Amino acid sequence: MNKIIKYVIADLLRSRAILVYAVVLFVLAGSVFSIEDNADKGVVSLLNIILFVVPLVSIIFSTVYLYNSAEFIELLVSQPLKRKTIWLSIFTGLAGTMALAFLIGVGIPIVLYSFTPSGMILLLCGTILSVVFVSVAMWAAVRIRDKAKGIGLSILLWLYFALLFDALVLFILFQFSDYPIENGMIAVSMLNPIDISRILILLQVDLSAMMGYTGAIFRNFFGTGWGMAITALVLLLWVAVPAWFSTRFFERRDL
Amino acid sequence: MVGGMAHAATIQVGTSYPVKSIKQALEKAADGDTIRVHGGTYREGNIAIHKSVALMGVDNPVIDGEKEHEQFSVFVPYVTINGFTVIASGKSSIRDIAAIKVYDTHHATIENNILDDNFFGIYIQSSKQCTIRNNKLTAYGETEQLTGNGIHSWKSDSLYIAGNTIVGHRDGVYLEFVTHTEVRDNQALDNRRYGLHFMFSHQNGYYHNTFSRNGAGVAVMYTKQVRMENNTFSENWGDAAYGLLLKDITDSHIEHNVFSRNTTGILMEGSNRVQIQRNQFEGNGWALKMQSSCMDNELTQNNFVQNTFDLATNGSLKLNRFIRNYWDKYEGYDLNKDREGDVPYRPVSLFSMVVEKYPMAMLLFRSFMVTLLDRTERVVPSLIPEDLKDDAPMMKPVAL
Repeated sequence: MNKIIKYVIADLLRSRAILVYAVVLFVLAGSVFSIEDNADKGVVSLLNIILFVVPLVSIIFSTVYLYNSAEFIELLVSQPLKRKTIWLSIFTGLAGTMALAFLIGVGIPIVLYSFTPSGMILLLCGTILSVVFVSVAMWAAVRIRDKAKGIGLSILLWLYFALLFDALVLFILFQFSDYPIENGMIAVSMLNPIDISRILILLQVDLSAMMGYTGAIFRNFFGTGWGMAITALVLLLWVAVPAWFSTRFFERRDL
Repeated sequence: MVGGMAHAATIQVGTSYPVKSIKQALEKAADGDTIRVHGGTYREGNIAIHKSVALMGVDNPVIDGEKEHEQFSVFVPYVTINGFTVIASGKSSIRDIAAIKVYDTHHATIENNILDDNFFGIYIQSSKQCTIRNNKLTAYGETEQLTGNGIHSWKSDSLYIAGNTIVGHRDGVYLEFVTHTEVRDNQALDNRRYGLHFMFSHQNGYYHNTFSRNGAGVAVMYTKQVRMENNTFSENWGDAAYGLLLKDITDSHIEHNVFSRNTTGILMEGSNRVQIQRNQFEGNGWALKMQSSCMDNELTQNNFVQNTFDLATNGSLKLNRFIRNYWDKYEGYDLNKDREGDVPYRPVSLFSMVVEKYPMAMLLFRSFMVTLLDRTERVVPSLIPEDLKDDAPMMKPVAL
């Protein structure tokens, strides 16, 4: 297993795309922090970039990588190795590299400019998002054999999480505004890892706006130990569930 | 008064003096006398003052109300109470017991006192020309019901309230039917309800006060011709907290104030002809919430910096004027270099209107969806009130 992980990581680093990704993140984060005089404002500006770029790059890059290494995977399958081990090793390698690139690209500027709780949460959320979207990409790639269709699906998935889901939430809000939907809405927001990350970070940064009516509800949930535990669990589920589904499918698939 | 002062006597009160109690001294005194009360603790129940004397505390004499009495009651004009530490008044939900209460008179001076753990602090009832200066008031009530107001005044005129610090009372300064009054350099901090609260109190001025961390900020209602200048309203956080709540305030001036880190900087309801000029709105959730019941208000040369929302409303605010303010969210340009932006700024964003109607939409704050909607709306306004705009937004913050 370790050998495969090592090989995947080495292969990814050789392709340079990851390197470019890390450098772009680094430049973006560095310039955002040097323009904004207020560190918290920098975190907010960076938040928008991270919630947009990180899921997109993670999901597309992973999908493309998986299709490109189809032959390598076939080769591995022909060896006396468990399919589960192969698939999870590839997942670990991919997720580890994406998270590493993010941690280097954004982590260094954050540690330099904004070594605050909000900065740390941003870093944590970005890392988890990287892993979550690698996991989703694994699922998309294993479900669809055709490369073009597969990449199309992963773009659609990204679009759904980044944009369509929020439109849906807005729609639900308008339709059911006469009912006590507060707790329900928090539950609904759990269905999107990007939303969870956004709310977690905003609770750290945009305090004054979050102190209002809705803010009180958020804080009652996310501010408590239980709320935090549930949120962390949900984020972990977002990593585990697609990975588990894709592994199960990969084990049974006729290559 | 001046004649009285000429042959005024001084009576010393203290354990080492022939006169041991303040009540005894008051019996002996004549109008215009000075009573010097020396250090020590005095438990004399209610001290009713029916003579125009100056009570001067020397070395912080402590007047203990033993949680039962109203320590000082003033019934005549020209009384001074200076330099006392007044503690532990009675508490009652029927009578408004205060540490120092002034009844139906004029020219009372209450200064340099420390008031600790009282129900009401200083209570001025139907009086004129009173001075309340440099007192420190602290209360520890757990709820609004268990504590009275710090400086409470009812049906009075021409008061001067300056340099007081009020902590932990129900309302810091409460004025009802009080006119021609100046409130200056006071600090109202951590009070249970409002830092400043007034109703039907016309022609008053509030200058250089600080209102911080009060349960619900500052609320002022049903009043004409108020001047509020150089005050600081800060850190009033919570669901129902405002830096400043204006309800039915007319013909007033709000100038050179700082509103920082409040849930809502100013909430205006039914307020007309208010001039809001040269204020700093910084780091508030909503800098300004103006209900559609407001008209003919003018906002000029204010700075709006780092607020989550600059302006929210439930109507179109057609009849109010916004001009030459600095908005940090403004993205226009200034080609002719007159330091005013060439394209108007619309301070109401679509999302702020949505949140106003559906508070839960806050869930989507700063998501791309919302940013996208806001951008489109700003380019082509269709849902936000089109006339609500600043036609000459400043390119740089206004020097205040």
